[in-house]
Amino acid sequence: MGAAMTPYLVHLNAMTGGLFLLAAFAIVATRQMSACLRWFVAQSLLLTASAAVIGIGLGSGHLAAVAVITFLTKVVVTPWLLRRTVRRELYSRREISQVFNIPTSLLIAAALTLLAYGVLYPVTALGVGAFAAINLPVGLAGLFLGAYTVAVRREALAQLIGLLGMENGAFLAAVSIAHDLPLIAELAAAFDVLVTALVIGLLTRRIYDRVGGTSVGLLDALRER
Amino acid sequence: MELIALLLIPAAVAGLSLVLDHKRAAVVTLAGNAVVLALAVLVAKRATDAGAASALGGWLSCDPLGALILLLVAFVGLTSALFSGGYIRGHSASAGSARRNYYPLYNLFLLSMLAVPVLANIALVWIAVALTTLTSAFLVAYEDTSEALEAAWKYVVLTTLGAVVALLGILFLYWGTRLAGGEEFTWAGLLAAAPGIPAPVLWMGFLLVLVGFGTKAGLAPMHTWLPDAHSQAPASVCALLSGVETTTALYVVLRLFPVLEAAGGTQARPWFLVFGLVSAGAAALLLVYVRDYKRMFAFSTIEHMGIIMVAVGLGGTAHFGAVFQIVTHALAKSFGFYAAGAVLLATGTQEIASVRGLSRTAPATALALLFGGLAIAGAPPFAVFMSEFAIIKAGIDAGRYLVVGLLALFVVIAFCALMQHVSRMVFGPASRDRPAIVPPASCLAALALAAAPILLLGIYLPDGLHRLLAAAALALGATP
Repeated sequence: MGAAMTPYLVHLNAMTGGLFLLAAFAIVATRQMSACLRWFVAQSLLLTASAAVIGIGLGSGHLAAVAVITFLTKVVVTPWLLRRTVRRELYSRREISQVFNIPTSLLIAAALTLLAYGVLYPVTALGVGAFAAINLPVGLAGLFLGAYTVAVRREALAQLIGLLGMENGAFLAAVSIAHDLPLIAELAAAFDVLVTALVIGLLTRRIYDRVGGTSVGLLDALRER
Repeated sequence: MELIALLLIPAAVAGLSLVLDHKRAAVVTLAGNAVVLALAVLVAKRATDAGAASALGGWLSCDPLGALILLLVAFVGLTSALFSGGYIRGHSASAGSARRNYYPLYNLFLLSMLAVPVLANIALVWIAVALTTLTSAFLVAYEDTSEALEAAWKYVVLTTLGAVVALLGILFLYWGTRLAGGEEFTWAGLLAAAPGIPAPVLWMGFLLVLVGFGTKAGLAPMHTWLPDAHSQAPASVCALLSGVETTTALYVVLRLFPVLEAAGGTQARPWFLVFGLVSAGAAALLLVYVRDYKRMFAFSTIEHMGIIMVAVGLGGTAHFGAVFQIVTHALAKSFGFYAAGAVLLATGTQEIASVRGLSRTAPATALALLFGGLAIAGAPPFAVFMSEFAIIKAGIDAGRYLVVGLLALFVVIAFCALMQHVSRMVFGPASRDRPAIVPPASCLAALALAAAPILLLGIYLPDGLHRLLAAAALALGATP
């Protein structure tokens, strides 16, 4: 693709990055599980878009392959896998009590986003290119927000979606800085995501069957007394 | 050739044990592990003599440090397979489906751990480490009690969280290698490219890997999941989790030490020292108040991870002690958990306070527990004493009195705490009058096999192993 298109692609990528971050915030704040999962799918679509846009911008066939792999594993297979393994009634569940209320959570999430930009300043100051300047901090922020979701959400499914959101963040950074990773590593990483979803999904099911609930945040039989 | 076989055998055995019944699967697993250990010895020999063993056009490669990890995984894999035979059958709680899945998962777990030191590309190493969690999740949940499921949940979620953080770190390191003009993203390639990697990129990569895989290795303050998982899994699995799985994650962190030294001198050392001392100190204090003897062995693992971090951070001659400590930790900790498993079979409780006078009711088990306690606490003449002594001596020789003083203090606190708990369980009047209980034959055999090197290495270090350790210690230095 010609250099003339690059500014448009940079803008398009910046918009994708912004929406990606929005999806990460939405996962933090959405109470209902099925809506949470839909936000994850939206976030995965945006990751696919970013990989495709940067692929066009850099003329990298490799990233086109990454976009296809991401689309198949995260937009198609992972949600399907989760709907198969986790019992249906869990998706209609609304999480009433989080560790913090939603406005507080969103404020903390905003602070984490600023932190991501701050932490990465020494790196972005090196002059890393227009794509990485967006994807690195947004990716790290996505990672932080996912970790925050795992920390404050009590429902098993919400914690799992937080983990998958973290992975999306890492891969959003990856498409801008590691766009020529061996394809076998990309495939293996996609496989890893699927196994993560499968194992944690099955574990959620076992916990539901055995304990009668999936508020894993409330499990505290094991600790030092 | 050996490297390829090393990975193919557990994969094949995993498939076989899926179709065979439980008893035959146990035999096949044991045989497979024996072959894997023999191959690992061959790889270690080649790596010591030639500097590295490689296969598949460079996709598989193993230097002395990798070979050491490989050897330990293979050895603990063998003793654990032996221990599993009697333990899983003798344990009442095992439900049908969980039991059917035990050996397939066991072999996949072993495969993922064997892959860590063998894969050449660091991105693939990351995937292997991430898979060690996912393959072992249902082994931790094996007992299917609500406690075991809670432990498995914390284990999977927190270590996967750590793995994702480490993933971003690995990607930064990859990016740095490319920026520096490096072609190969292997440990050697990263080390060669290190001086050319922009400092912020390298440090970002290192810190993310340190926090991410530090979580998986159980470094304090990210250790909270570890005592849960390592106390709820069956003893045979605990031996693998505590003895070698933590080490495979720590291995990736340790690999970055020479990279940072090559890039910019000694700035990384304080990170290793502080994380190491905090882990050893926290574990020593937790050991004083622990009430569950399997958690006691788990805390000792956190302490040992801390000691290894400190030894690497000290640099120089302490590196020999560091790699020796990796060996003695794997040997002593796996033995400790076999002993704990035998105690659980004999008493049916994990509470320290409920176990009294074992020497009367179950003499063989009591002897194993005493031996295991002394071995992991680092009493002479056991192997852990030798490695800890080597580290402390190297630190004193280097004039690092504060670091060594703190480390020695934590080691002594941990020693006293461990010995107090163990002696209460072993000696004294029996809490209940019960006929003497002897562990199943395969458990006794596993205990004997695991005990032999702990005793041997405390007295005598064979020449071949000494050369392997020296070469592995060299791999932790900045100049290869």
